[in-house]
Amino acid sequence: MTDRLSVRKTYKLYVGGAFPRSESGRSYAVNDAKGNFLANASRASRKDVRDAVVAARKAQAGWAARTAYNRGQILYRVAEMLEGRRDQFTEELRATGLAKNAARAEVDAAVDRWVWYAGWADKIAQVTGAANPVSGPFFNFSTPEPTGVVGIVAPDGPLLGLVSVLAPVVVAGNTAVVVAAEPAPLPAVTLGEVLATSDVPGGVINILTGHRAELAPWLASHMDVNGLDLTGAGEELAAECEKAAAENLKRVLRPAGNDWTADPGTVRMTTFLETKTVWHPVGV
Amino acid sequence: MGDAVCVSTETLPGLVTGTAELRRFLHGLPGVDQVGAEERAARLATRSIKKSAKAEAIDLAISMVDLTTLEGADTPGKVRALCAKGMHPDPSDASVPRVAAICVYSDLVAEAVRALAGSGIGVASVATAFPSGRAPLDAKLADTRRAVEDGASEIDMVIDRGAFLAGDYAKVHDEIVAIKAECGEAHLKVILETGELVTYDNVRRASWLAMMAGADFIKTSTGKVSPAATLPVTLVMLEAVRDYRARTGRQVGVKPAGGIRTTKDAIKHLVLVNETAGPDWLTPEWFRIGASSLLNDLLMQRRKLTTGVYAGPDYFTLD
Repeated sequence: MTDRLSVRKTYKLYVGGAFPRSESGRSYAVNDAKGNFLANASRASRKDVRDAVVAARKAQAGWAARTAYNRGQILYRVAEMLEGRRDQFTEELRATGLAKNAARAEVDAAVDRWVWYAGWADKIAQVTGAANPVSGPFFNFSTPEPTGVVGIVAPDGPLLGLVSVLAPVVVAGNTAVVVAAEPAPLPAVTLGEVLATSDVPGGVINILTGHRAELAPWLASHMDVNGLDLTGAGEELAAECEKAAAENLKRVLRPAGNDWTADPGTVRMTTFLETKTVWHPVGV
Repeated sequence: MGDAVCVSTETLPGLVTGTAELRRFLHGLPGVDQVGAEERAARLATRSIKKSAKAEAIDLAISMVDLTTLEGADTPGKVRALCAKGMHPDPSDASVPRVAAICVYSDLVAEAVRALAGSGIGVASVATAFPSGRAPLDAKLADTRRAVEDGASEIDMVIDRGAFLAGDYAKVHDEIVAIKAECGEAHLKVILETGELVTYDNVRRASWLAMMAGADFIKTSTGKVSPAATLPVTLVMLEAVRDYRARTGRQVGVKPAGGIRTTKDAIKHLVLVNETAGPDWLTPEWFRIGASSLLNDLLMQRRKLTTGVYAGPDYFTLD
């Protein structure tokens, strides 16, 4: 009997519900924690950023128009699919240097985090919305609405970190373009495969792998991006991106310190929400 | 490719009349190599146009646009807005060229002419029971006459595809001649509706038929039928106008319309024109692009080149 040749996976981008290679044809080597070669990941270019933003914009209205309940169901479905791939994610996290138990614990925490945010889909409006007393014969309501297309520079935490920045953006009806963790992008690509098989409409979440310093400024300066999460950007890059983001007044999230095991709170969701207030005459 | 027409008829195409003669001539045209045409168009579409060449191509494409609105819901207000956009596509940048023409239904020609007075932009009117072309000749003639009287400088007529497909070439020919007579000074664009002609051979025949009947322009489609303007179809038509000029000395323009929505598509067409018909056709006088949403994409790409950051549709007018 001959030894079987292993079939190795090509790690590609996830844009508009499909898995294209980078438009530029480039890739970069991803190593494990010991410095051994793991795989080649696509190295996205500014044109991939552009394509991803186009896909995200196209998907945004439809995603926001779904009922909050439906969005919650779809996100819960993502958690189900994540659960089914626990072993695969555990293996990928071990390659980044985690011990077996730690890797398993992180996968479980990531699934739980996703479920936690999925539950917020039909609750966030009740927490952040309000019926406002006004001095006139009006009902006055404030309701949250999604900001639009949000660019995310994901932190180095390849799974829990990624889930913790991605889920709060999309749960309220935003669509996302994610620049995955630069040193460990493989779990993000696998997450793309999970998303592709869990009823998330194509374009709602787009995942790019590559160099942050190359991609983030294009996201930050893009006039059709409405929000920017700079969690994974270093000091210098974040400052540059914030400056570019001011050009069209993007909402920018640049948190100080991130402990992914702590209670996440609602700030990541509310940062990318707009408040719409309507006045409705009483007695008409 | 580049199969120059070498039909052994001594008759000049302009003098061919009568069904039998037309049929003999049109069916004597060499067949189109379908695989070859598609391969050639696909290969030319891979040309990379960057930086200053791209900037030039974008401005050229903007100046070639026939900005079009052909909806049942068109209002005089919408036509005026479209005219304003045609004159100043990007109000914040005066260096953007204006479009070539505004294309509307015949009953809105007067409104467009008023809005465009003195701008130098033409008004193109679709006529002859657009888009189906199913109406008596009297009605088609009246439609055309009225549009010309109202000030249309270009008439976009549709051919009778039913007659063409039934082989009644003389009827198609005579109809174009009759409409041409009604046009007077106005340029006549003949819409072949290639999506309904089925084969490239038919596209080539229809192109020659229209040119022999006096068309100033041949146009691919109405935009109401899919597929509309595809690259291979435009290629076949560009070959036809090139060969026709070689035979008769008369130059005829080409207008792809429908389905051209992105700057990339537009630039692919410009490459095709340059490589097939030649640079003589690379002006708004001889090549037009019928489009509506294309213009915004051209403007966004143009702004990307001038500002260095990707533009968003929020910063351009809706149409």
